[in-house]
Amino acid sequence: MRKTLEPLRQEAISNWQKLQNFDKPIIMVGAATCGRASGALDVMHAIGDKLKELDIEAIVRQVGCVGMCHSEVLVDIIKPGRPRITYANITPDLSKELVEDYLVHENAREDLAICVSDDTPEDDLQVRVVMRNCGHIDPNSITDYLAQDGYMGLAKALEMTPQEIIDEVKESGLRGRGGGGFPAGRKWESCLRVDADQKYVICNADEGDPGAFMDRSVLEGDPHSVIEGMAIAGYAIGATKGILYVRAEYPLAIRQLKIAIEQAKERNLLGKNILGSGFDFELDIFQGAGAFVCGESTALVLSIEGRRGMPKPLPRPRTSEEGLWGKPTLLNNVKTFACVAQIIHRGTDWFKSIGTENCPGTAVFALTGKINKSGLIEVPMGIQLEKIINDIGGGVAGGRAFKAVQTGGPSGGCLPPEMLNLPVDFDSLTAAGSMMGSGGMVVMDDTTCMVDVARYFLEFSLEESCGQCTPCRAGTEQMLTILNDISQGKGREGDIDLLVEMGEAIIDGSICGLGQSAPNPVLSTIRYFREEYEAHIRNKECPAKACKELITYTIDAEKCSACGRCLKACPSEAITGAKKTPHAIDAEKCDKCGICFTECPDRFAAIQITTGRTENSN
Amino acid sequence: MEKEDMKFQEIFSQYNGEREELIPILQDTQAIYGYLPEQAMRAIARFMRIPQSQVYGVATFFGQFYFSRRGKHAIKVCLGTACHVKGAGRLMEAFEREMGIGCGCITDDYSFSLERVNCVGACAIAPVVMVGEDVYGHVESKRVKEVLDIYAKDS
Ligand SMILES: Cc1cc2nc3c(=O)[nH]c(=O)nc-3n(C[C@H](O)[C@H](O)[C@H](O)COP(=O)(O)O)c2cc1C
Ligand code: SF4
Ligand code: SF4
Ligand code: FES
Repeated sequence: MRKTLEPLRQEAISNWQKLQNFDKPIIMVGAATCGRASGALDVMHAIGDKLKELDIEAIVRQVGCVGMCHSEVLVDIIKPGRPRITYANITPDLSKELVEDYLVHENAREDLAICVSDDTPEDDLQVRVVMRNCGHIDPNSITDYLAQDGYMGLAKALEMTPQEIIDEVKESGLRGRGGGGFPAGRKWESCLRVDADQKYVICNADEGDPGAFMDRSVLEGDPHSVIEGMAIAGYAIGATKGILYVRAEYPLAIRQLKIAIEQAKERNLLGKNILGSGFDFELDIFQGAGAFVCGESTALVLSIEGRRGMPKPLPRPRTSEEGLWGKPTLLNNVKTFACVAQIIHRGTDWFKSIGTENCPGTAVFALTGKINKSGLIEVPMGIQLEKIINDIGGGVAGGRAFKAVQTGGPSGGCLPPEMLNLPVDFDSLTAAGSMMGSGGMVVMDDTTCMVDVARYFLEFSLEESCGQCTPCRAGTEQMLTILNDISQGKGREGDIDLLVEMGEAIIDGSICGLGQSAPNPVLSTIRYFREEYEAHIRNKECPAKACKELITYTIDAEKCSACGRCLKACPSEAITGAKKTPHAIDAEKCDKCGICFTECPDRFAAIQITTGRTENSN
Repeated sequence: MEKEDMKFQEIFSQYNGEREELIPILQDTQAIYGYLPEQAMRAIARFMRIPQSQVYGVATFFGQFYFSRRGKHAIKVCLGTACHVKGAGRLMEAFEREMGIGCGCITDDYSFSLERVNCVGACAIAPVVMVGEDVYGHVESKRVKEVLDIYAKDS
């Protein structure tokens, strides 16, 4: 089958090389969701206009997300015979300057450039496996993908027996990237073992974690890598049908996938008799309708069947044996499939050379929150947390103190500064009371309240609970009531122990992963930040000065220069003052919106926030 | 009403009435109307030969579906984790104050509705607000009016 692929591949490589050695400049704009949100499409138009105005011939290409979301819009320029230069924080106006300065006047605008190289910018702590093509290739071009050894894994797999493929996947040690870290090879094998006239492969791209967008970026930036992995899985377990279960909120990813599927069909990489191997594989997209619990395998299957997405009661059959329409169904995450094609193509030794013994390969995180360089990162498993936050993320934003990092979303937990030397992999994070999860990583500083964070995640789980288990439905609600009380200064002695007890009962009494992990954010914050809960309960104090009911806004008359900005901005008309008269806040009227705090110029910093019994016992 | 029927027929003509088509049909219907009108729910039940209660049962389970008319401009404040940590809760309050409606509501003239979303994939520029397909980053409370004004002209 590799022979059949060869002509396609050669053509793609020669196209790619032509592009690299093109005698006109190539301009690439990062236009995934994050780029578009920062104005990438406007930048593209501006560049197009300027090129026309100056009558310059150049190729303008759209690429996916390289992960440096903090510096969007990113523009790369390759002039013939020159290295690739990456420019950051480009606006439409800057892009016009850049085109004129560099393409006409030979001024490479070093002031705007962040790196000059042919490979991935940034730092060498990152290893690109899942995201290797993101930001490099045009996701709408299958030839771009083919030129990066795309579909080589599939072609090779089709020359192997299903068992050989599964042995390779097992040997590679690949664990599912959807959060649980279940060994992929074992799951594949149990699908293979069941005899059935029809089997299915489903890709879980529901990505329900409210702070995560890794799967979306892979689908937007390199859709073929997932398609190829799914086709290999289909051949390995004996399935001829695959379904991509994508959140309906991801319109760009869905558009990109539809194009990619068509392109693959046209080249006989999907459809009947793939590459002349006799293997048929068809791929459809199902749009998830916005229920977090549908990330759970039995709920996901029910929702495809047109039913309410309620996890099946225990004891329930394994989806790999009895899934969609009662047939054996293989469910893996987007990143799991994206790893597979490369494992088959590059071999298990290569894969095992990255990461740790128990968790080979890389982890992809959406690094966000109070961090200098937020964005998508891909690191070898086992890297220390501290390296991610300080070396890759550039440390806590605004020079503030690091307080905690949250991983695993609503199922995970918060880790304190003492845990910064923790190696990041499935097992270590679970042991520390958090979770790898799907890959959200949120950094928090001393202005983030841990009670509030726990409350936030619990509220999310409660809203998303399907309601069939009483502990999950009613228990989380009770816990939330207690947390709300604590954050409003109505907490009582004993509340913390009660929360722990209830959390444990909910974990024991729930039938699916949602209920079984919903208390984790609360339990982990109690474990590491108990004194913060105690401050709320005993002193009616929010040390992070975040809980509205426990803080008071005042103006320091000595610092106030009576500029009147806060007075104008206050939506509640709570501020009084006049020219040359220091302003004051009427606590009765103050809505604690915080606008005055941001309005007051830094050089005065006259607005004060106080908290706690002693300070505001007025 | 007849014209409405035509629209339903157009959607139904692409389906066979199999159970697994229910969610895609609901999605197509919402794509046309912006919500799921009662008539449409009746027509879907008839087309699929299932009780209306089952159509509602499925539709109400999923967060994507609406059962009342939406505003012309849907303001969606991201309350995902990164945005929450950067003060999206207060931002939502600011929108509620400025628009005079609560989250999940529509202005009287149907020009705006206010909703929450979870992570739109632009955490690096949190807090984030979406209006239709437009994304705004670093939205501080004091920029609320500015964002609304852009769309107020066109309603
Ligand atoms: C409530 C809940 C939500 C989940 N959400 C997701 C999700 O968004 N994406 C995902 O890949 N897996 C999710 N999972 C895990 C999946 O059920 C399943 O284990 C996973 O997709 C298997 O793929 P993997 O073995 O490649 O990790 C969720 C599980 C639960 C219980
Ligand atoms: S644990 Fe919660 S979400 Fe899961 S089945 Fe039970 S009630 Fe539903
Ligand atoms: S916090 Fe808000 S309501 Fe209170 S004084 Fe400041 S601007 Fe006014
Ligand atoms: S949390 Fe708001 S965009 Fe991600």
